[in-house]
This record gives sequence, C-alpha cells and structure tokens, in this order.
Amino acid sequence: MYDVTIIGCGIAGASLAYQLSQYDLRVLVLERENDVSMGTTKANSAIVHAGYDPEYGTLMAKLNVRGAEMMEPLCRALSVEYRRTGSFVIALNETDLPHLQKLYKNGVKNGVPGLRLLSGEEARAMEPHLADTVCGALLAPSAGIVDPWGLCIAEAEVAVRNGVELRLRSEVRGVEDHGGRYVVHTSSGDVETAYLVNCSGTHGHEISAMVGPREWDAHPSRGEYYLLDKSSGGLVQHVIFQCPTVRGKGVLVSPTVHGNLIVGPNAQDADDADDRKTTLSGLDEVADSSRRSVPCLDLRQSIRNFAGVRAVTSESDFILRPSASSPRLLHICGIKSPGLTAAPAIAEYALELLGGMGLTLCRKSSWDGGRERICFRKLSETEKAELIRRDPRYGRVICRCETITEGEIVAAIHSPIPPCSIDGIKRRAGAGMGRCQGGFCGPRVLELLARELGSNPMQIPQDGDGTRLLIEETKGGDRK
Amino acid sequence: MNYDLVVIGGGPAGLAAANAAWEDGCRSICIVERDRELGGILNQCIHNGFGLHYFKEELTGPEYAGRFVEKLRATGVAVRLDAMVLDITRDRQVHIVSSGSGYEVLEARAVVLAMGCRERTRGAIAIPGTRPAGVFTAGTAQRYLNIEGYMVGKRVVILGSGDIGLIMARRMTLEGAKVLACVEVLPYSGGLTRNIVQCLNDFDIPLYLSHTITDIQGRNRVERVVVSQVGSDRRPIPGTEMTFDCDTVLLSVGLIPENELSRAAGIVMDPRTNGPVVYENMETSLPGVFACGNVVHVHDLVDFVTAEATRAGKAAAACCAGTHPAEQRVLPLQGGNLVGYTVPQHIHLDADFSVVELFFRVRAVCGASRIVLTDETGAQLAAFPRQRLAPGEMENLRLSRALLDRAQGSVTVSIEEAAK
Repeated sequence: MYDVTIIGCGIAGASLAYQLSQYDLRVLVLERENDVSMGTTKANSAIVHAGYDPEYGTLMAKLNVRGAEMMEPLCRALSVEYRRTGSFVIALNETDLPHLQKLYKNGVKNGVPGLRLLSGEEARAMEPHLADTVCGALLAPSAGIVDPWGLCIAEAEVAVRNGVELRLRSEVRGVEDHGGRYVVHTSSGDVETAYLVNCSGTHGHEISAMVGPREWDAHPSRGEYYLLDKSSGGLVQHVIFQCPTVRGKGVLVSPTVHGNLIVGPNAQDADDADDRKTTLSGLDEVADSSRRSVPCLDLRQSIRNFAGVRAVTSESDFILRPSASSPRLLHICGIKSPGLTAAPAIAEYALELLGGMGLTLCRKSSWDGGRERICFRKLSETEKAELIRRDPRYGRVICRCETITEGEIVAAIHSPIPPCSIDGIKRRAGAGMGRCQGGFCGPRVLELLARELGSNPMQIPQDGDGTRLLIEETKGGDRK
Repeated sequence: MNYDLVVIGGGPAGLAAANAAWEDGCRSICIVERDRELGGILNQCIHNGFGLHYFKEELTGPEYAGRFVEKLRATGVAVRLDAMVLDITRDRQVHIVSSGSGYEVLEARAVVLAMGCRERTRGAIAIPGTRPAGVFTAGTAQRYLNIEGYMVGKRVVILGSGDIGLIMARRMTLEGAKVLACVEVLPYSGGLTRNIVQCLNDFDIPLYLSHTITDIQGRNRVERVVVSQVGSDRRPIPGTEMTFDCDTVLLSVGLIPENELSRAAGIVMDPRTNGPVVYENMETSLPGVFACGNVVHVHDLVDFVTAEATRAGKAAAACCAGTHPAEQRVLPLQGGNLVGYTVPQHIHLDADFSVVELFFRVRAVCGASRIVLTDETGAQLAAFPRQRLAPGEMENLRLSRALLDRAQGSVTVSIEEAAK
C-alpha cells in the first residue's frame, strides 16, 4: 500500500512528487499518457508571472508571488532554463490607464517587488518595438520565462530518483474509499493508497466525481499560439501583456527560454478537456491582437502553431482543499494561469494541507535534489572539444537547427523517465524544436530511439501512444 | 588545419564546386558534409529526370550525384563526413565538430557555401486543426520511403504542388497508397509542367488549384482534412468545403535556403531569394566567400545547380590563386515588372567573362511575352520573346559582354505581356 498516490504528472503533480520525495513516504504517481508533462504543461505561455493580477487575499495571489520567488533557485538546482525578463502590461489607450493603476495597487498589496508605472515614452525606450499607441505600462521586474515541460520533467526525474514510483499509461477509471484506504482502479491495474491527490488538470472534476457529488464545473478554455523563429526571438526583451479582461490575461508577446518568440493566447471555449485544435478564426484573432502591441511582428516567421487547454472551473481561485465527500483525497485542481508559476508554492502548500489531513511527514536522512544536464550548444569551444574527446557521440550533430548532438539524445533516452517518442526527445533534448520542426532530424531521432530501446522503428510514436508515424515497410527487396 | 578552399555541403552544389576548383588547379580543398555520405538530397531522389541538360541523358538522383562523387574520388579533395559546421567567421575560419575529429577550426583562403535548403513546414503556413501524427513535409516522407524503407501512410492528400510533392504523389501511388488529391492555393502550379503530367495526370490524381486545407482532423493520427476553395486574397470561401478521409498530409509548400551560417557571418542577404546577394562569379558580399545552389536561390533543375556551382568553384580557385582583381566597377541587376528576383544581383564589369548567365523567376503565369532589359536611362538593351512564363519554371538568359558594357548605371529585367 502506498502512503500517497498522485493522479496526474503535469506541473502540479510533478511539483508535489518532488516535494514528497524529500520525506519518508511510499509515493506513487499515476499518469494516463506515455510520458509526463503531456497536458496543459506542454502547451502554455511559459511565463513566470510576477503576481499583480490575482485578487489580493486569494490563494492564487499568495501562491503566485511565492512561486515566482521560488522559481529561480529551483530551476538552477534542476538545470532548467529560466530567465528573469521582467514583464510589461501595456495600456493601448487612455481607458486602459486606470487598469494599470488597479493592477499596480493590487500588486503592491500582494507583495510583488519592484512594480513601477511607466509612461508610453519610457516603455518604448525600454522596448522600441512597442506600438506608438502605447500610452503607459506597468513594469514588473520579477516576472520571467521558464521551460515548462523542462521543469515538470526535471521535478519528476528527481522524484523518481529519490524513490517515487511513476506509472505511465495508467488512467484512473474509478476510486473506492474504504475508509482509511483507497482502491484506485486504473487502466494498468488496481492500486491501494492511504492518501490520494487529484492533480489531473483539465480532468480534475472527473476524479472528484468518482468519490461523491460534483464539487465544481469544468469550463476548459482553449488558447492558441504562434511560435516564431529565433530570428524574431529578440524582438522584445520583456513579456508584453495587454490589459487583462474577464477571459484572461490577453494576448502576450514574449521571448522564450529557447530563444524563440511566443505569441498568444486567445481564449475559446474548448469542446472538451483535451481539445487542442487551432482554428483559422482563432489564429487570426491572435495575429490581430498581438500586432496591436508589437506592430512589426512578422508572423511569416512562424515555425509552429499550437493550442493549450486551461483548467478553468466554476471557481475563480485555485481549488486546493480536501474533497468534501472523502477527507483523505486532496484536490489540486483548477490550476489555470498563473498555475505554472505557482506550482512550486502549491506543492509546498499541499504538504501543509496533507499534514493537516493526518499524513505524517518525516524528512529523509538523505535526499539528492540536484540534476545536471549537458547542453552542447551552450558550451565554450574548449568545453565542446573536451566533451567530444570524452564521448564522441557529442561530436555528431543530429538536430541541425538547434545543434543537438547524439550524446544529448542518448542521455535523454537513458534518463530516469525514459521517453519513448520523438516528441519525448524533443521535450528533453530539444531536437526538433527548431525551424525545420524535425523535418531533417525526425528520421534520425527515430533511428536512435529504436537503436537504444532495441525496438522496431515502426513502433516509435510521434508523441502519445497511437500517434503512429510509419505504417508499413515498403514492398519488395531484401532487408538487412 | 589550413586549406585553400573549404566547401560547406557535399550535395550537388558542393560537389560541382569542389570538382571545378580542382580542375582549375586548386590543390588544397576540403568538403564538409553533415550527412554520412556525399550527394545531399539527390540520394533520396530515386526517380529519373536528372541530367537532361548537363549530361544530355536521363539519370536518377543517386546516379547524378554518383557521377560527381566518382569524379571527386580521382582528385585529392579531402572530405569530412558526418561533420557539422557550427560557425564561419568573417576571416574565413570554419568551426566544425565531428565524432571522429572533435572540434576543429579550418582556416581557408576561400569558402564556398553550398548548404542547400529546407522545406517550409505546417507551422510556417498555419494550417488549422488538431496536431496528430501523419503530417509530413514531402521531403521527410521521401526520406522515410526511399532511404529508410517505410511507408508513412496509405491515403494521402498533398498540399502544395511543388516538385517534391508531385514526385511523392507518384511515388506513394506506385508503393500502393491512394493519393486522393493535390491541393494548391495559387491559381497555378508551382511545379514543373512535366511533373504535373507525369506524376498527377498519368495517375488520375486531381489537382485542385486555388484550394487549400482549412482543417486537419484526428486525435492521434490524421483522420480527415477539409479542403476549401480560396478567393483571390487566398482566404477560404465559405460553402466550398470538401472533406477527404485520409491518414496522411504531405506538404510541398516551398523551400527556404538554409542561410543561418551566412547570416551569422554577416553576409548581405537578398530578402526576395532568402539567399546571399551574389556577383556573376557567385561571390558574396564577404570577399573570398562564394555561394551556389539552393542556398542562393531555389532551383528547379539540378543541372542548373551544377552549372552555377561550377562558376563558384572556378571563381574560388581563382581567388585562392590570387588572380582575383580587387577594386572593380559594379553593375547592379534588378527585377522589374513581374520579375521576382535576379541572380546574380551584381556584375563585376572588370572581371574576365564573355557571357553572364542570368537567372530569374516571374511572379505570375504570363502568356506570350517579351523579357525586356533596360538600363537606368530607360534605354532598351535587349528583348527576348517567350510563349509562356511561369513562376514554377526558372528563366535563364545569357547576357553578352557587349550588352553589359552598353548599360548605363544598372540593368532592370521586366516582362511585357503581349496585348490579349
């Protein structure tokens, strides 16, 4: 029997697993997909929000500011890319100015450090590509950008290395509360556990409904994005937001830690919790809106479009509380923006809640929280030369757009949570992230996966199970 | 490590440039190739049709490349395979990495850029819909099929009528797939007429001009696509939707010269070609650095790549031999009415040539027309009649020394369509 079972290994589940791995507990993470970080965590704006948006006094406000504070040291310890860029909220006309005032005051109350109101001229002096119509801005120096799936994978890896068990391809189908012990029915078999934590993202309400009456309604909201080539990556230095509306924080323009420019999202009601399609009208909306902030934006530099689903619910705040019908089930749900930023703080808070629910938390005598990762591209000439001397696989560049070597890909394949798909390699090593979008390196990554895993190339998926790439062998001829 | 000439890329352009430089007496040459063998993209082009102009016979891609590789074997040209160029500096240091030799800096007196091009992807053209497996660029599918030996799908819709897409329509059909349609957003095909005839018409594959894919559906693998007619603004026309049940979408929506190294070296680029601005001898704005093939502008026929690369190789050899005049008068060339770009963009008037080969593409399909060359005074230098001009077929003119010497200031290439 497990002490704690976490349902879902997105950023919320991984952050909690990382925290719990520091304690003397038997912890299990259940994930329905073939990899971690497969839901909202892999498709979002990748922003570390400063924390002036959420209304003062809410959990969201407190955990946002705390999360933003935790992010930098956490990313450093885990070798995850993070950059404190600062953010702007811009006023595009006079009527936006009171909104900036309001955000400023709210931010000060929330404890956001360094907030400053700028004139249009001051804003343009710092960001020359902003529209001439910008007549004011709120500068939040503590905002930043992060690699969201990188953080999720890193936390999950450290958790696994410190004894947490991860079961992939294990969708939860039912939960029985036997009073003091749960039996969880999953697609890979039954699990017994004392405590259960619901981190199932846009599916959170479904898990909640397995133990009692519905506690909230889900209103999944789809956001569409453009990702631009690195040649546009330096167009802005800060995260550029427009004034928030009831539907969200609006369309942003931001550099990414990978050196690209991200543009989006809009907010559309999603058909269901996994509705990640893009639409012509949605992409048009993002294009039009983003050009109001940065008119010289060239969307012909786009290398990818995608959509993510926000776990919006009938409750405005994060849902962080024990189930009303089953007191040893903790919900960590409704983790919409700024959920990525808040995730480390949510995990910290969840420990308190679990302690309050009766879980005994006793720190392990030894815990290894570090993680190192080689990024060939970032090394100096002499470091590159030395690395290739030590392991010649670092001298073979597989992904030419991002300069990712065979060494990095093989290291990813043999990491604590081994990926089985081309996109799993992309999220870990960065191959295929670039301007050709895996056109050149895809076949070679597939070959490396098949070689290292000893599997048939036909079985290697693009991403999730079922995303088959190769249908059959060509006819005729003898094979080697 | 020092060489007279470093050639970056061992595809058709790099091979022809290295061979030509060797023939002109350059004896210290190194080709750096990122793949595991020479030949570049020709290795996966197993269809025939290569070499009709250059060899006056019909070869497959590997055969065409093979002729140059064999020729190269008889020379002393060094070849680094499986080696990636990370950086080219302005003083022609070429930084490379490979498993075998680690990190190296090659110092060169001349460099030929021959990195080729890459395919435009789904993300570049923002096709709406879900993001399932089964959407491939035509060239990637061609590699899986012809090199790796795998079929990527059984029911196929092709977006774009570029030559690789047309070739793949036939190839997939021969391999047992059903190609349901080829869809082209423009009112004309971007491919060669011979490929429309031999790869679509001969297999009864419909070509939908002025149409595009407006939705890709399917959760794990492509399940269907919606195709709509587009107006003259290229926006879909509501009510014209057709649905195709398919498992695969192949994209043949354009090629982009791969000039990240050139840009990083500060070489002046032409936004119309996405390639370096070049002189008649294929020299770029950076002295001693030459460029040829698809890295300069995207070609339809490898035969023209070979010819262009031969010029680059000869010029690089001359540069190494020091027979390369320094200060020269420059004549600019530019595209006028209906002409998208010209290569070269500049001519060294004092250079030793009797004829300059000029390449350009028109921006739209033209019927009976005249290609007209004028100079800055408006004087007509020459006119060449044509029955038909199309963006998918690169045009080529031979300009005599006498004509160029007559030009005042610059030369503009324009199209005059005959009155209808």
